[in-house]
Amino acid sequence: MNTETTNIASSNKMTTRNVDVFYGEKQAINGVSIDIDMENVTAFIGPSGCGKSTFLRTMNRMNDTIPSCRVTGEITLDGEDIYAPSMDVVQLRARVGMVFQKPNPFPKSIYDNIAYGPRIHGLASGKDELDQIVEKSLQRAGLWNEVKDRLNESGTALSGGQQQRLCIARAIAVDPEVILMDEPCSALDPIATAKIEELIHELRGKYAIVIVTHNMQQAARVSQRTAFFHLGTMVEYGDTSEMFTNPQEERTRDYITGRYG
Amino acid sequence: MNTTNNSTEHTVKAFDSDISEMRGLIAEIGGRAEKSISLAMKALANNDLDLAREVVKNDKQIDALEEKIDRMVIQTIALRAPMADDLRELVATLKISGVVERIGDYAKNIAKRVAVIDNDLHIEPASLLPAMAQAASQLVDDALTAYATRDADLADQVCERDRVVDDFYNTIFRSLVTHMVDNPKHIGAGAHFLFIAKNLERIGDHATNVAEMVYFAVTGENIGERERGDNPSDPLYSED
Ligand SMILES: Nc1ncnc2c1ncn2[C@@H]1O[C@H](COP(=O)(O)OP(=O)(O)OP(=O)(O)O)[C@@H](O)[C@H]1O
Ligand SMILES: [Mg+2]
Repeated sequence: MNTETTNIASSNKMTTRNVDVFYGEKQAINGVSIDIDMENVTAFIGPSGCGKSTFLRTMNRMNDTIPSCRVTGEITLDGEDIYAPSMDVVQLRARVGMVFQKPNPFPKSIYDNIAYGPRIHGLASGKDELDQIVEKSLQRAGLWNEVKDRLNESGTALSGGQQQRLCIARAIAVDPEVILMDEPCSALDPIATAKIEELIHELRGKYAIVIVTHNMQQAARVSQRTAFFHLGTMVEYGDTSEMFTNPQEERTRDYITGRYG
Repeated sequence: MNTTNNSTEHTVKAFDSDISEMRGLIAEIGGRAEKSISLAMKALANNDLDLAREVVKNDKQIDALEEKIDRMVIQTIALRAPMADDLRELVATLKISGVVERIGDYAKNIAKRVAVIDNDLHIEPASLLPAMAQAASQLVDDALTAYATRDADLADQVCERDRVVDDFYNTIFRSLVTHMVDNPKHIGAGAHFLFIAKNLERIGDHATNVAEMVYFAVTGENIGERERGDNPSDPLYSED
């Protein structure tokens, strides 16, 4: 068990210490401590229902929207407690962006889906700059060529895979520091998946990135660090190359070699 | 997790049957290589040219098995994307099939010399060769048993016991050279016996290679590099 990690403190973007999460009486996460740094992409893997999404949501307080949900322990962003009363949650979610499992574009134009965040956070000083942010974000998400002639059409009219890339473009548009992705490719074809993975490579180092994935090959391809969750606990956390060639815990091995359950 | 055995089955059962088929093929190629060693030595002892030819012929089947195993491993890697212990085992299987094929080649090489060695000569040091072959063959057998039973300790022992074969080689080498100096007419046959001893020594090394891969597959760690007992003054005693 290594909930204590060996990361160099200075590069830690986010840290969690002894995080428990409850839905009402039911405990979904049990004592998770992890350090997320800027240099590495971190993958969360584990069987369905083990708490990956729950834990991920604690990292930008997305679970605030679930009334029964209670979080204890400490989570920091640049050393600052994100659950402190002084923390501005809207600001927090701009700094810690999230891409969900199911694409959830706003029922607005493609353009406005991207422009919304930069507008409310005052990131663009005029129409030209906003246009630039929209184009750059769509390009980075690998969607520009497909939508550049239809920016005024509704985001919901795009295919599932396009919608997901739209959501990634939307998350990038506000220039976050951390991007949390919850199975971002589960609805994408292999080409679109490859584009997202390439994007993750490109973004590595500029943002701290955490990705939840059920696809072991994807975790192996995109991440440098992997955390394996099981029944609400973090069983093992280490270098991806080590986890996939020589995991230390039997539960990890059984899961990644397909012997689970 | 150092002595794990993969007893739990995969959720995808077909993966287990692929793996057991490959393990069966390794047992088969290993059995054939061991048999080649013993038949080659028997052909040598009895100057049995037919038997020697049979060894050469059987080597084709060993080559074919190696190819079959390689194809299967590559296909399994492509189709099943194995991870961790499974991946290590498949990579070990791939390498072991290549090493066992080489062991077969050494046996074939011994068999080929039967026809060219003048059997009427009495070259005393050559009398140690059957015992050396026995020791080398036993190493191969134990290395393959370690593979079949995923036994890291046995693999470790095989590496340790390779010294016995090396000692045989050093003894035979020295006494053969001395014999050849004293009996210049025996130099031709003596050289062949030297090569045979060398082939057996290499078989021992390859058994060690198999054992090292087994150790890695089972534990995820490399077995400590051992001092190989090489004799630097012996120009023949280099890896080939
Ligand atoms: N809003 C909620 N209210 C009550 N329980 C919840 C809620 N969301 C999740 N849970 C429970 O918490 C546990 C962890 O769920 P979570 O969605 O975090 O799992 P997961 O690892 O993301 O699974 P998956 O891989 O299927 O997405 C599950 O037992 C789930 O039933
Ligand atoms: Mg989830």
